[in-house]
Amino acid sequence: MSLLQLSNVTKNFGGLSAVGGLSFQLDDGIIMGLIGPNGAGKTTVFNLITGIYRPDEGDIFFNGRSLLRLSTHRRVVLGIARTFQTIRLFQNLSVLENVLAGCHCRLKAGVLSSFVHLPRQRREEREALKRAQDALALVGLGHRAEQVAKNLSYGNQRLLEIARALATGPHLLILDEPAGGMNEQETTQLVSLIEKIRGMEVTVMLIEHDMTLVMKVCERIVVMEYGRKIAEGAPDEIRRDRRVVEAYLGTEEEY
Amino acid sequence: MKNRKLVVIAGSAAVLAAAPLFLDAYWTDVLNNIGIYAVLALSLNLIVGHAGLFNLGHAAFYAVGAYTAAILNTTYHIPVLALLPVCGFTSGLFALLAARPIIHLRGDYLCIVTIGIGEIVRIALINNIFGITGGDNGIFGISRPSVFGYVIRSPQQFFYLIWIFAGITVILFHLLEYSRVGRALNYLREDEVAAEGSGIDTAHYKLVALVLGAAWAGMAGNIYAAKMSIISPGSFSFWESVLMFAIVILGGAGSIPGVLLGAFLIIGMPEVFRQFASARMLIFGAAMVAMMIFRTQGLLPARPRKYRLAGLPSGGVET
Repeated sequence: MSLLQLSNVTKNFGGLSAVGGLSFQLDDGIIMGLIGPNGAGKTTVFNLITGIYRPDEGDIFFNGRSLLRLSTHRRVVLGIARTFQTIRLFQNLSVLENVLAGCHCRLKAGVLSSFVHLPRQRREEREALKRAQDALALVGLGHRAEQVAKNLSYGNQRLLEIARALATGPHLLILDEPAGGMNEQETTQLVSLIEKIRGMEVTVMLIEHDMTLVMKVCERIVVMEYGRKIAEGAPDEIRRDRRVVEAYLGTEEEY
Repeated sequence: MKNRKLVVIAGSAAVLAAAPLFLDAYWTDVLNNIGIYAVLALSLNLIVGHAGLFNLGHAAFYAVGAYTAAILNTTYHIPVLALLPVCGFTSGLFALLAARPIIHLRGDYLCIVTIGIGEIVRIALINNIFGITGGDNGIFGISRPSVFGYVIRSPQQFFYLIWIFAGITVILFHLLEYSRVGRALNYLREDEVAAEGSGIDTAHYKLVALVLGAAWAGMAGNIYAAKMSIISPGSFSFWESVLMFAIVILGGAGSIPGVLLGAFLIIGMPEVFRQFASARMLIFGAAMVAMMIFRTQGLLPARPRKYRLAGLPSGGVET
């Protein structure tokens, strides 16, 4: 069964159709790429899936359940985590606390037990710290736990966003240009990280302009242009698709 | 490092506790005022410092608590300290009802609305709303508080009541900072969209911050009513909200030691410099302006929390 299904999703901003009648399915356990030229509506699709925008038409299903009436944080609880295209960390907090934000929705302590630190609250905090450290170790930031987030390099800030998203315990991880601003070496590490994440039975969906990365890690690709889907398939099919080449990849020689 | 911190805390607590033995009634009363403002500013710090919600109407919640204590004490003769939780509850409930419709507002918009709430409450009190607030004259004859039959009358006795309450507040708020709820408030302040996207119910935690802060201000109101035995709308003006806000910003938003220092400076300094009469407010204003230019994060800014981590050298990496 498909993990995520968009059916005929439409979103307009004023007169501009950002996403028009978009439908696709995302199967459990794969890595899907969403590509297209700038302004094609890719990030809008992510914002619709995570609930920052609500579609004007159409429906979005996660595990067969409609997401439309759920707020963003409720969707995170269901298992949809994301990173942002423009890095959105909690800049003045420590790296560790940024990841603890992801743990938040799996913890239970309420106001009263937070005030008096009951034994159950302490145990829960210890477990959360452990989980957060594991997530940091996974992305390779374990030794930077106590630094302030804004002091990290650009590439490390992207990794920290991934760690925070992973700490929510997602089924679906949505990465918005994870390699943006990364150098070649960092991108190589990112590729192996994404593959590690798939090994943890997390489905990944990503927007990326780095075609080498997309072709390398994605098993399925959806191509958008002007808010519409113009192609969908395996990387090899996409590479050969005439419309995609025209719209996005340029001439064949160049690619 | 940790030991030094404990020594500083224990030392200042001991000096403070011994202070009334050496001070006359007037200066003890100054310390009492500082204590009440410290509690008020700590409660506002949850809202402004931790959650980043600009609230310039905190005096409204203070007033609701004080009037709850005064009305219930004078009409039903309930001991005033027994009303402490009731005052917290009514203030918190008032904050919940007042803030629910405006919770989605941001920054300066929220600030304007909270100024409005503060003024509405003050004017409602003057207009003797429901015929129970006594109008401009307020309510008098609030009975003296008693602890286990021991009646509290003198400034020295009030000193210990107020500062024990302030001490409990500091401990509880410190524990709150190191918890899931405390962190959630900080995420809210740092980036609301990222917080929501990380699974934090931002609307819920905004209300938590406001209701908790208001409840504590309500309890401070109760103690204020008990101390003064007469309260009137004049004590809950916009200026009170500004003072509390200034304490939080000057001391260090989100920092408990900072807020305590801020309370001492903003409430204590004008008393120390009383002989300069007319110039003192000028100096006070100039000091505030200088602060905002040279040290915007406050005198004792909040520092990143430290956690006990497995497999890391303690103290961590300096940044």
